[in-house]
Amino acid sequence: MKLSFSELSARERVAHLLDAASFKEILGPSERVVSPHLALLGVPFSFDDGVVIGSGRLNAQPVLIAAQEGEFMGGGVGEVHGAKLVGILHRALTTKPAAVLVLAESGGVRLHEANAGLIAISEVMRALLDVRAAGIPVVMLIGGANGCFGGMGLIARCADHIVMSDAARMSMSGPEVIESSHGVEEFDSRDRALVWRTTGGKHRFLMGDCDQLVEDDMDAFRAAAAALLGDSKKLTLEGLLAEQAMLSERIERFGDCHDALEIWQRLGVDHPEQVSNMEAAQMQHLLTENAMELA
Amino acid sequence: MNWQTLAQALFGNEHTIERNGDVLLGTAQLQGQTIAVVGTTAHAAIGVETALAQAKAILQTVQLHPGRPILLLVDTQGQRLRHRDELLCINRFMAHMACCVDLARRSGHRVIALVYDQALSGGFITSGLMADTCHALPEAEIRVMRLPAMSRVTKISEDVLEALSLSNPVFAPGVENYVAMGGIASLWRGDLQASLLVALGDADITDQRAALGATRGGRKLSHAVTQRVVAA
Repeated sequence: MKLSFSELSARERVAHLLDAASFKEILGPSERVVSPHLALLGVPFSFDDGVVIGSGRLNAQPVLIAAQEGEFMGGGVGEVHGAKLVGILHRALTTKPAAVLVLAESGGVRLHEANAGLIAISEVMRALLDVRAAGIPVVMLIGGANGCFGGMGLIARCADHIVMSDAARMSMSGPEVIESSHGVEEFDSRDRALVWRTTGGKHRFLMGDCDQLVEDDMDAFRAAAAALLGDSKKLTLEGLLAEQAMLSERIERFGDCHDALEIWQRLGVDHPEQVSNMEAAQMQHLLTENAMELA
Repeated sequence: MNWQTLAQALFGNEHTIERNGDVLLGTAQLQGQTIAVVGTTAHAAIGVETALAQAKAILQTVQLHPGRPILLLVDTQGQRLRHRDELLCINRFMAHMACCVDLARRSGHRVIALVYDQALSGGFITSGLMADTCHALPEAEIRVMRLPAMSRVTKISEDVLEALSLSNPVFAPGVENYVAMGGIASLWRGDLQASLLVALGDADITDQRAALGATRGGRKLSHAVTQRVVAA
């Protein structure tokens, strides 16, 4: 029986991802470390400020974990939320887990405490890159209904690995923001199919922007995360030069495309219009079959 | 301040900074040492090309000029809000730039940022906020959103937000608020060259912003929460 990642709460996701009863929460709801800013605004706050952090085991190996709760303020990063993420990353430098797992579901900066959120996002990025430099892999697991946007999309792309479900989205600006800025002709935020093929897991997977595509299933996420334990990809000059070259080539190759369907065609997908109906496993097959040259 | 006036104030005529599109690139001489200058102007919207051009200059500095200090000049309206950029995964391009800044620091380059005009949201995160320390001119403007927009999003009246922002820097735009929160290390007034030299001489390259925010009283919880998580 499949258990949907997207339908579970952050705390449930953590419980199902890790070995049974291995999770030990840090600064859990009983500690009541809440956002002082939301209280000042008279806005409901959450006893965990929308992020669950702690330690546990995955296939008997020690891991640290953070899971954002998309139901609370869209997973937005405020002062306390951001500090908890920084804290769990700093903790990794001393406890040296087999990985730090981040179940990202966030619209980015929490606008109610925007200034603090903005700084916090960059603090998380610097802390994450410290962990990465220490040879401890940071794995992003993206499968929530709110996607992974804004500053959280930046954080995700700083990690060693990204696993997405085919139902998930990762991007920078939300379609609504782009539409309100440049009109419905630029990006129709109500065109669900368009939104999905622009920001969804399948497009990101075909382009190599996420490393693995899985079904919206806790077991699939668990297996993918377990396979990445200890798999560190340190940032090097050579690696970033290769990334630079790949991204330049991407603009040359696809910069004039107006739709993901055009990009998939150029990538060698025979029937781009069928991609939206494919299962995650078929997508893997599609890549292998076409031996696509991806980063 | 426009970038030419700024460059003059920082380096006199001892610089080769040129504008290409919205991107500023070049080198400058400062008391016998060469400095790489990378930045943007005209309130640049950071799109895939703009991010990549800056990343390239940083990587070239790491590759060809080990140890050369890097000065990031920040003037951005944030990330470019276009469908094409999202299709190409703009967050990967911007994160790449951030990773290049981080690599430069780890490779022994001092990276100092200066917000000389405007710094907004995503465009700021991956440049100025990734530097060892980020500084600003007093007249610079830093924000995620203005109070009227924040009022619409949060459905809290502008009057209330304005009143709250007098006592809490988290709510309102403004460079002084970013100083209080530790996000901006210092404001550069008067002799800008002297300020740059002081910043370059600061030996500490660890991220001190949360601690600074606590000391200055603008971000009281961040550092304490982080410490509690580490010590738990």
